[in-house]
Amino acid sequence: MIGLPWLYALAGAMFAAFSLLSVLDRSNSKRFGNAAFWGLLAVSFFAGDQLGDFGNGILVLCLVGLAGFHALGRGNPPTSSEAERADYSMRFGNKLFLPALVIPATALLGTFFLKDSGLIDPGQVTLISLGLGVLIALAVCFAWLRPPALAPLQEGRRLMDSVGWAAVLPQMLAALGAVFAMAGVGEVVGGIAGEVIPEGNLFAAVATFAVGMALFTMIMGNAFAAFPVMTAAIGLPILIQQYGGEPAIVCAIGMLAGFCGTLMTPMAANFNIVPAVLLDLKDQNGVVKAQVGTAIPLFIVNLFLIYFLAF
Amino acid sequence: MSDLLVLSGILIVVIGFLLRLNPLLVVTIAALATGFAAGLDPVAVISAFGRAFNENRYVSIVWILLPVIGLLERYGLQNRARALIGQLKSATTGRLLLVYLLFRQVTAALGLTSVAGHPQTVRPIVAPMAEAAAEQQHGELDEPTREKVKAYSAATDNVGLFFGEDIFIAIGSILLMKGFLEQYGIILEPLDLSVWAIPTAIAAFLIHGTRLMLLDRRLAKNPSIVRAERSRGAPAQTPLDAVYPERLPQAGSRRARDERGEETR
Repeated sequence: MIGLPWLYALAGAMFAAFSLLSVLDRSNSKRFGNAAFWGLLAVSFFAGDQLGDFGNGILVLCLVGLAGFHALGRGNPPTSSEAERADYSMRFGNKLFLPALVIPATALLGTFFLKDSGLIDPGQVTLISLGLGVLIALAVCFAWLRPPALAPLQEGRRLMDSVGWAAVLPQMLAALGAVFAMAGVGEVVGGIAGEVIPEGNLFAAVATFAVGMALFTMIMGNAFAAFPVMTAAIGLPILIQQYGGEPAIVCAIGMLAGFCGTLMTPMAANFNIVPAVLLDLKDQNGVVKAQVGTAIPLFIVNLFLIYFLAF
Repeated sequence: MSDLLVLSGILIVVIGFLLRLNPLLVVTIAALATGFAAGLDPVAVISAFGRAFNENRYVSIVWILLPVIGLLERYGLQNRARALIGQLKSATTGRLLLVYLLFRQVTAALGLTSVAGHPQTVRPIVAPMAEAAAEQQHGELDEPTREKVKAYSAATDNVGLFFGEDIFIAIGSILLMKGFLEQYGIILEPLDLSVWAIPTAIAAFLIHGTRLMLLDRRLAKNPSIVRAERSRGAPAQTPLDAVYPERLPQAGSRRARDERGEETR
């Protein structure tokens, strides 16, 4: 049966290739930093379960050290020129979107039809189907576009280098959330919130959860970090367990309430500050100001959606 | 009091981001501090963080999409996306951004989050087109109005991305929620979560879309624009592409790639 380890091996192989190609890329003055970073990620995907908790901890510290000391540069993998791309774009037309659409289509179909096939771990069917979609899309690309054999890896490395250390930030924030959960941050925040929420008032509980998601997201600059804390504090114990709320609805819309916070904070630098710089705005917070008028009404909609749909 | 000490990690995250320190460094220090505050020794804290990192590997699985996206970019995917948007030339600022909002929401919902973005599409295509549309309709823009049009272009990208992507089943936030609930024994499929992103996506389109239509009305009523128009004698009739040729840097250029940021919400 195909499970997560299969997918992790695929990702591990990809990162190992990025690492190897980085070492060979003399155009990147920091090529050893890149090779070490992607190499460590490859190790994590291949052997994370054999390293032990402390070994994994050291691996994370090494990743952070490489990022913190600016050891990552950007390679210059061989790719097509802008003129060639314009030419290809004319030649292949809108059909170019199709291989990209193979991936979500496979993920969706796999989720529906492979669940009970016995071939795939039913608990991980979507992710495995996604990996399958990537392989199918690659096969389609090779058959149709006939790229050089190493092209997908080089092009993948080109994009990966442009993302850089930020590639592991979501995973790191998820890990931070797990540490917060272990240390009982959720309970402390929940304790404080519990004193605020009037007893037996469902609407007040929903409002506290939603406001907490948005506020915490604004403070942390990231709904991913706010989600585990607020859900452990209020979402799970009060909304789901005490009032019997539907977990999928509470969580999914709670996360989106957090996204409304992302729209309103300069802490979410990539979305709100970087574009301001990119567009030469005089007001660094111009993008945030343009978003507040959407974020606040949308937040209120989310609050009511949780209240009316989840209970 | 010792209870409140475990909140120190939150404080560290806030201060770290305010000081613009490397976020990976900030997150790690916050995790270690929180572990210490919970009474663990250094080895135990590092182990706890390592275990959490290892258990959350599935969050980083999305990067296996990059070879396919990169390969398609090599064969002109972005140029194609640009050409598609470029067919909408006769629109007003508000309508143009409304169509872009829909395009961004739909593609993000299909998992194609990196087809567009601030460096790839907003700076080279959307913002210049929105500005040019405003000029074509109202004449020369004053500086605050120009800023407003650009800021709305960036905002429209964010709103479209945020409230489209959660409909896709394999996006980071959906996987994060699935993993989190699993820790508490609640087993859900990604699809169970992602369908509930649809009502908010519709609301986001209606709310932001209304604001874009109001932006058109505000542009029409802006007295400083009308003045500028009178002083020019006639509204600008220049074809859009000729207005800002210098504002169309190649999306794949070194600068554009340098400016591409990370992808967490």
